[in-house]
Formats: sequence, structure tokens, C-alpha cells
Amino acid sequence: MDYASAMTQTPTIPRDAEPFSPRLGRVGAVDAVALEARAADLAKRSIKRESKLQALELIVRMTDLTTLEGADTPGKVAALCAKAMRPDPVDLSVPAVAAVCVYPTLIEPAKARLGSSGVRIASVATGFPSGQYPLPLRVADARAAAELGADEIDMVIDRGAFLSGRYGEVYDQIVQVRDAIGGAHLKVILETGELGTYDNVRRASLLAMAAGADFIKTSTGKISPAATLPVALCMLEAIRDVHLETGRMVGMKPAGGIRTSKQAIQHLCVVNETVGPGWLTPDLFRFGASSLLNDVLMQIRTQKTGVYESPDHFTID
Amino acid sequence: MTDELEQRHAAIDWEYASAPESRAIVQFRDRYGLVIGGEEVEPASGQWFTTASPATEEPLAEVAQGGPEDVARAVSAARSAFEGWSALRPAERSKYLFRIARILQERSRELAVAESLDGGKPIKESRDVDLPLAAAHFFYHAGWADKLEYAFPNRTPRPLGVAAQIIPWNFPLLMLAWKVAPALACGNTVVLKPAETTPLTALMFADVCRQAELPAGVVNIVTGDGETGQALVQHPDIDKLAFTGSTEVGKAIQRELAGRGVPHTLELGGKAANIVFDDAALDQAVEGIVNGIYFNQGHVCCAGSRLLVQESIAETVVGKLKRRLSTLRVGDPLDKNTDVGAINSKAQLDRIRELVASGEEEGAELYQAPCDLPEQGYWFPPTVFTNVAQSYRIAQEEIFGPVLSVMTFRTPAEALEKANNTAYGLSAGVWTEKGSRILWMAERLRAGVVWANTFNRFDPASPFGGYKESGFGREGGRHGLEAYLRFDG
Repeated sequence: MDYASAMTQTPTIPRDAEPFSPRLGRVGAVDAVALEARAADLAKRSIKRESKLQALELIVRMTDLTTLEGADTPGKVAALCAKAMRPDPVDLSVPAVAAVCVYPTLIEPAKARLGSSGVRIASVATGFPSGQYPLPLRVADARAAAELGADEIDMVIDRGAFLSGRYGEVYDQIVQVRDAIGGAHLKVILETGELGTYDNVRRASLLAMAAGADFIKTSTGKISPAATLPVALCMLEAIRDVHLETGRMVGMKPAGGIRTSKQAIQHLCVVNETVGPGWLTPDLFRFGASSLLNDVLMQIRTQKTGVYESPDHFTID
Repeated sequence: MTDELEQRHAAIDWEYASAPESRAIVQFRDRYGLVIGGEEVEPASGQWFTTASPATEEPLAEVAQGGPEDVARAVSAARSAFEGWSALRPAERSKYLFRIARILQERSRELAVAESLDGGKPIKESRDVDLPLAAAHFFYHAGWADKLEYAFPNRTPRPLGVAAQIIPWNFPLLMLAWKVAPALACGNTVVLKPAETTPLTALMFADVCRQAELPAGVVNIVTGDGETGQALVQHPDIDKLAFTGSTEVGKAIQRELAGRGVPHTLELGGKAANIVFDDAALDQAVEGIVNGIYFNQGHVCCAGSRLLVQESIAETVVGKLKRRLSTLRVGDPLDKNTDVGAINSKAQLDRIRELVASGEEEGAELYQAPCDLPEQGYWFPPTVFTNVAQSYRIAQEEIFGPVLSVMTFRTPAEALEKANNTAYGLSAGVWTEKGSRILWMAERLRAGVVWANTFNRFDPASPFGGYKESGFGREGGRHGLEAYLRFDG
């Protein structure tokens, strides 16, 4: 599908569907002040007792435990995988996380370690984090990651193309990556911290969904601000609009900057009250995080025992 | 997938556990007298009435029924205090106001809980809106007290004398602040009559004044019903009357004051239009619509009770709105997660029901979000009427409840015409991404406040008041000060 017809169908037509009729797409505007006010309002929800414990265990299940450093080694990734499968060795009722998220060269060691645990492997690709590489290399990067055994591919959009108004290119590139990775799940990173406005966040969200994203993801974690609550709200509103018009349920992954249970629970409240409880599953919502998990484990222990334990009781991996 | 794996992917059924604010911070006494001349006194009538929580109908305290004799004592106490208070160095008056503002902040949790208990509004509103704004009004006016000459250059501002003030039940402490702060800043003394159903925070405010060591008689509080208010209006020795309440009572007050030379400001009813154009940021507009009409159960004189939405997007907006309604949490006002609390009184609930019935009868289509309402107390679910004609009572009369009437328009000119086609003129909202259209509308809307891409935003520096039957005079800002001053020369 070329750019013109793609944009006229945004956000309503899923990729590969027959167009109903050409029409003017209404991307719609976002008012920054009111959006932030709504996010701040939702952040005030007070989640206590059993609803808190439920949320904390869900957050563990939703976590993409992440390491994306130049210094990553098979040893480091092995430790991370051990943690992913059994986050709290003291409390075995704590479930495994959803996935580990690594660079492509570390897919194999991760795979060896995770085996049949059901914990998935997500790999960043397409010239992560900048995406400033020739398109064939980016597509090959994604293909290689899928072939190495990644279950999920976290690609970055070409912000350079997006910010210079070449939306069609961005759309076509996502489609090419989608086609290159076979059956792997596609998460499209918008890098909202570089997009500048919520209008752009909404536009990029709809574009990525129209191009076939299974998930849309806020950030690489390399740029600040990363996953803020208003950005998550803005993206979830776009997801909801696509769902209401097409029935298609696209997932969401805030990544970067979520370090505390409190922040993560605030995100769950935004999910619950924006797209609805149907999204309260790891199949449709993930947290991309590294340090968040230990805080959640600590809070779970506190909920169960009534006392806070020292951070030294939770492993640093 | 194995069972274990399936469990790991399962969605949760997530209900927020109740998160009640502790009411232990408030200890109501069994009985509250009148506060006159710095002392608590019994009413001459010897009569008391009970104030109850509208959420549970639980009696909270007994309050004095003030009569004409009590009003006379209060006015006389205010008169005696006026000489000293008005002669005080303005910077000293400032200090008292700053002190009151700080004490309101310090005691904000206690006052917020009391406000929610006595009035039924959600704790998140009393905590995040009523109390911070009440304190802000005292801070703002504390700043003016010694700078009045600068507010009115080349005029010589003087206080009026004894200000009689009658406030409503929807924002009890905040309306007190809107009235008392400018009156004191300008050197007047006050006799205040709080609303019959929500007298407690005003009586607690008397304790705030005591803590601030405000001279005796500067603020006097006479509780009671409409007759008490009438006695206050009729008292010959008042120098100013400020009233916030219904248009009906406002008209009666105006008749009462005719020919008496008592300056007065009236802040009355409203039937505000919230106007959504097709280019607006729709999700945020929906938030504004919700905030406009369901904030404080719609017990807001400037509530956006008429939604005017451009016909081309009406279906989308109403769809989004209905969906959003289902996420509103109605219930215990003290629960921190409650969005919509209790209707303030039985009388008000009856009025809402009566008008809603008229809407159904006249042919409007009713939608109410599914929600479980508590059995005790006074409750009404968030309600939307579609297919509303301009001629229906629900499009013309102030309902003062969580009931929205939706109408459509085709062009900006039609939106303007419909918005202005009401006896009221207190506020309006305009939702569009087009700056020039906001300015075009704001110039032509006959409403005291026009909000652009927001609703129900208040600031002590911004004057608030009505056109037409929404009243006259302004509260807040320099305009608000003027209502408590006379000018020599």
C-alpha cells in the first residue's frame, strides 16, 4: 500500500484489509494541558490492599526485563534470565516475567538459558536506538534477530523521516520490517521523547498501528523523557480509537523511566480506565524496565508480611 | 499452553479496594452555637436544627437556628468591630489574612473531610479543589490589603462597613473564602450566613479566626435557614450585601433592597454551554464535558450543563462520552477513588428527579451509566440526555445536578446563537484547535467566564460573575475588590 492510501485510511484500516472506501482520515488533535491534567488525575487513584497485591503480581507478569548495554555479556544475560524465570527465590508464588529484552547478539545465550520456561525473548533491532542506518541494514537486522530466535522484535521508527514529514516512508519501513520477521511479534518504538508534541505521538501511534504493529512502545530508554504517564495516556487513547473502529486490539509498552511500583500502578490505572480491563494482561501490556522489578518484589513481600525488608534481600542481577 | 503458562497470560479482574480517608481527624461537637463578637452564643429562639451527611443521612451535629434578634446582635457586633478593624494599618490586616490562609492550609485535611461529610462531595475534590482554592483566596487578598490604592489609581478606596454575606451549599468553605477574604482585605467586617445544609465548615472557620487571633466581631457567623437569611437582608444597618445562590432568591433579595442604597452583588444560576467544534481534541474535550457537568455532582452554578456539539462529530463525541461515563466511580464521598459523590439534600434530589422526568416526558433520550448506588442517602447517577430540543425544560432550566443535555449545531454562528439563547450568562466553554475561533466566540458569548479548551478552572486573580439572570458584580481579581469599597472623590 502506498503512502497516500495508507494515510487516508489511518487509523481505521488494519494492514492487508481491503479498503472500505477512500476517505479522509481524521488523525485528531491532542490538547497537551488537558491531557496532562487527566493523567495527573488518574495518578491519584489510591490502590490498596488486595487490589494492590493483584496489581503488583500483574506487573511482574507484564515485565520485559531489560538489559541494553554495550557491556552486556552472555554471563550478564544468563543472570538476567535466571531472575526472569524465578524473580523471588524466597517466594515461589511470584510468577515469572513476560520476557527478557536484549540486543540481537545475546538472543542465543538467552535462549539457551530460558529453554521452555515460557519466558519470551524480545530483541531490539533496526539499528536500535537511533535507527539512523540504511534501510536494508535495518531490515536485515530485524530479520536476523527473528532468525536467531527472538519471539518479539522491538523496532525503532525512523524519527528523522517522521519529523521531516515523510510519514509514508515511516509507514513503508514498518511494513518492510513486519514482512521480514515472519511470525514474530512486532513492537514499534516511537521514541516519544524525540517527537516533541502529543499530536506527533498520536500521529505516530496511528501510523504504526496502521502499518501492522502488534504493540506500540514509548521509548528506547536511551532518551529522556521516556515513558511518562501523559504519553502513555495519549497512546492508549489512540489504541482505544483503533479498537473501537476496527475491533483490533493493539498492545502497549511503556519503557524507560518507570522505576517504582507506584509509577507502574499508575500506568495500570490509566490502562484500566482508558482502554479497559481487557488490556490488563501481558498479551496486551508490558513494562520495559530493569530496576522496576526489585521494587515490585519488595512491595509484594511487604503486602504479604506487613514489613519492609532491606533492598539487600533482593538480588541485583 | 500449560495451565501455569496460561495463568501467566491471564487478564486480571481488577476492582479497586476501598480507600477511605480517615474521618478520625474531625471531631464534630454535639452542638454549635452562633459566633457573634468572638464568642459562641445560643440562639435567642432556643431552637436548633440537625445537619446530616447526605451520603448516609447520619446526623453530624446540631446547629443554632438564628433569628432576627440574633442577626441584630451579629450586625451590631460587626458594627462595633468595624471602627477598629477599618482603622488598622493595612499591612496589619494583611497579616491576619496571611495567617488565616496558612491555618487553612495546615488544617486542610480536617476541613476537607468535614466538607465531604457535611456536603457529600468527593474527598478528592474537597482536598484538591475546595481547600487549596479557599487558602489561595486568602493569600491573594492578603496581598491586596495594603495595596488598594494601586488597584485603583487616583481614587481613594474606603471600606463600606458591615458586609452581610449569604453563601450556598455547593462549595461551603470556598464560597466563604470568596466572600470573607475580599471583605476583610478592604477593611470591612462581616456577618456571614452559611447554607442550612452545610454549616459546619463555616463554624470551623470561626475557630480558624480564633486561632489567627482575628479581633472579635470582625467575622460573625449566624446559622439558620432561609428566614435567617431574610432577616439579614432586611436588617437596616448593613452596608453591603453579597449573595450566591438561586436566581429566584436573588430576585427576592433585589426587591428587598430596592431603594435602600445598599450595594449588592449577586451570583446566581447558570445554564452554561460547553461548545465542541469538529476540530477539537476530542478525548480532552470529553474530559472537559465530564468535568463540566459531573464535577461536584453538577452542583455548580457555572456547570457546563448544555453540551453543544457540532453535528458532524456528535455521534463520535456522544459515544466517547457514554463510554467515559461508565468509568466514573459514584459512591462514598470519603473514598479517595470516588469521582461523583452524594446529592446535597433530599430537596435537591427531588428537584433533579422532577426535571429529569420532564426531559423524558418531553421526548429526550436518557442515558445513565450503569452504577450501583448506595441505598442510604441521596444519590443520582451521572445522566446524559440526547435528542434535546432548545425548547425543553432540561435545556432551559438550571438542574443543578449531574444531568447533561446534548444539542447539536452546524456552524459557529448557530453555536453562538444557541449558547446565548438562555436567560442565564455565567460561563461557557469553547473547544477547538483554532485560536481565531476561540477569540471570535469569546467576544460574542454573553457569559462572565469563557473557558477555552478547559472547564471549571478558577483562580483568585480572575474575576467571576454573571450576565443577565446569572447576576451582577464580580468576585475575584481587582473587580472583586471594588465590590467591597467606596471611593472618596
